[in-house]
Amino acid sequence: MVTGKKTVVGHAVTSAILSILGLLWLLPILWTLLQSLRPYGEVLRYGSFSWPKVLNFHNYYVALVQSEMWRYFLNSVEVTVPAVILTLFLASMVAFVVSRYSFKFNIPLLMLFTAANLLPPQLVFIPLYRMYLAIPVPSFINDNGVLYDTQLGLILIHVAFQMGFATFVLSNYMKTIPKEISESAVVDGATVWVHYSKVMLPLLRPALASLGVLLTTWIYNDFFWSVALLKTGNKRPITAALSNLQGEFFKDYNLLAAGAALAFIPTLIVFFVLRRQFVAGLTLGSTKG
Amino acid sequence: MGAKVPPRRRRSAFTKKDRLVLFGLVGIPTALCIALVVIPAILTILLSFTFWDGIGGLKTIHWAGFQNYRQIFTLYEAFPKALRNNALWLVFFALIPTPAGIILAYFVDKKLKGTNFYQTAFYLPMVLSLAVTGIVWDYIFRTNGLVNSLLGNTSAESAISWFGDPHKNIWVVLGIASWRHVGYIMMLYLAGMKAVDPALHEAAAIDGATDWYTFRRVIFPSLSAVNVIIVVVTVIDSLRAFDLVYIINRGRNGLELLGVLVYENIFGESSRIGWGAALATMLFLLSIIPIMIYLYQTFKKDK
Repeated sequence: MVTGKKTVVGHAVTSAILSILGLLWLLPILWTLLQSLRPYGEVLRYGSFSWPKVLNFHNYYVALVQSEMWRYFLNSVEVTVPAVILTLFLASMVAFVVSRYSFKFNIPLLMLFTAANLLPPQLVFIPLYRMYLAIPVPSFINDNGVLYDTQLGLILIHVAFQMGFATFVLSNYMKTIPKEISESAVVDGATVWVHYSKVMLPLLRPALASLGVLLTTWIYNDFFWSVALLKTGNKRPITAALSNLQGEFFKDYNLLAAGAALAFIPTLIVFFVLRRQFVAGLTLGSTKG
Repeated sequence: MGAKVPPRRRRSAFTKKDRLVLFGLVGIPTALCIALVVIPAILTILLSFTFWDGIGGLKTIHWAGFQNYRQIFTLYEAFPKALRNNALWLVFFALIPTPAGIILAYFVDKKLKGTNFYQTAFYLPMVLSLAVTGIVWDYIFRTNGLVNSLLGNTSAESAISWFGDPHKNIWVVLGIASWRHVGYIMMLYLAGMKAVDPALHEAAAIDGATDWYTFRRVIFPSLSAVNVIIVVVTVIDSLRAFDLVYIINRGRNGLELLGVLVYENIFGESSRIGWGAALATMLFLLSIIPIMIYLYQTFKKDK
């Protein structure tokens, strides 16, 4: 293509428009961050659309220490980390079998997992709620002795739902790994377990990293299951706890802004540090399918 | 599926331990999926044909036939509103943010100045939870929020209640949901475009086609796999919508959605499990079509 004057000007205009759009896209997040740094008294007096006189981290201090947001953040970590590890582990097992062996059940199995992942959660949770109330657990997990209102229950449903997507992505990824590697392992007399854990699993590392980042964001951001399966407020992860705190902070919107910021800043950090993995994880499932 | 060990040799190579390991590798995840997703889903469909208050034991469940469905269609005032809102959500998503995301992908793919900045900006909403998204946008649309301030509606009487007015709030929510959806579509499309054979671009350029013409007539049709995924993602997201309206006003007063009605019938003041299950079943019937399309598209070449 000829790059004339017209194209150069066109490119400059396009990139200017896109940059303005980008700023506009960031505006709600930046605005919330600004609100979180302002004292409520000042906003009450001059309105939120006033030039800030005082900017400090007082709201963050109150949210973290007095409202104990740190506790909810720990809850999130306690749910997210085991759920992600377990999902990756179980999904890699199924993906290994369906991509390395030719069983008749391979495709129906993959379809089952994928379909389960796409079902609306509302379809599942009435019986699940009753099942969780009926399944006994030892008292060190829950004082009431049932799976309902435990973080273990929350972890299990996350794993059951997310496994579908992870299996699908991992099996697609595994198909791109040369079959000669598997053949030589079998010829060398590797057992199925060695073939899986010592040969294939290390080769999956890039895909596991991408998926891990994506699953961490999704599970950390979950709202539906946490609200549905955890009754006790102080067991809830930070995303769901925000809705409790909305009531508590009702009078003080600037404090709520700090609370919201505390909930989303970890995901922003993950995104900025691991953006490549995040994008790769989302697109692995769609382009190689 | 390329990588396969020939079946005959493999069968003889399996020891008893291998067979046990294989069974475990497939069996454990499958059992979990069936126990926690498939069985509950079937039970919900069965429950939709029963009366149950959810409080009494399982013996208080009574057969209802299609009564729940009949009642929902004739008596439940929130139902037509929810159905309309879900349909509106789908149509709106299909007409505005989805094409917008595709067009943005076209421009972002040119990698002009500042591409890193605006690409990041468009992706960012995706990493926020929907619950946080609702709170963040509340600062923009609250009665004393940014929009009313910019419009000069500073007094309590003149301020527009964007979330409270049942004629306005669904549009505001659709705008907020689009803010997230655009980046997702753009990301999926950009990934698809990277996989397009560069020879297609060159051939079109030699023929004197403009960039935009090439995109519309050559690139867009060649990305049919991505297009199917985008349709599925759009339909499923429109049906699943829950978090955003729930955090704004618990899905009432103009923000009724099927997903919220299910929840309200189970955890709300009057617990009607049958209605909740029937609504969930309808949600399932609506989403099974895109699921089937997706499964067909994905697995047809494997068969």
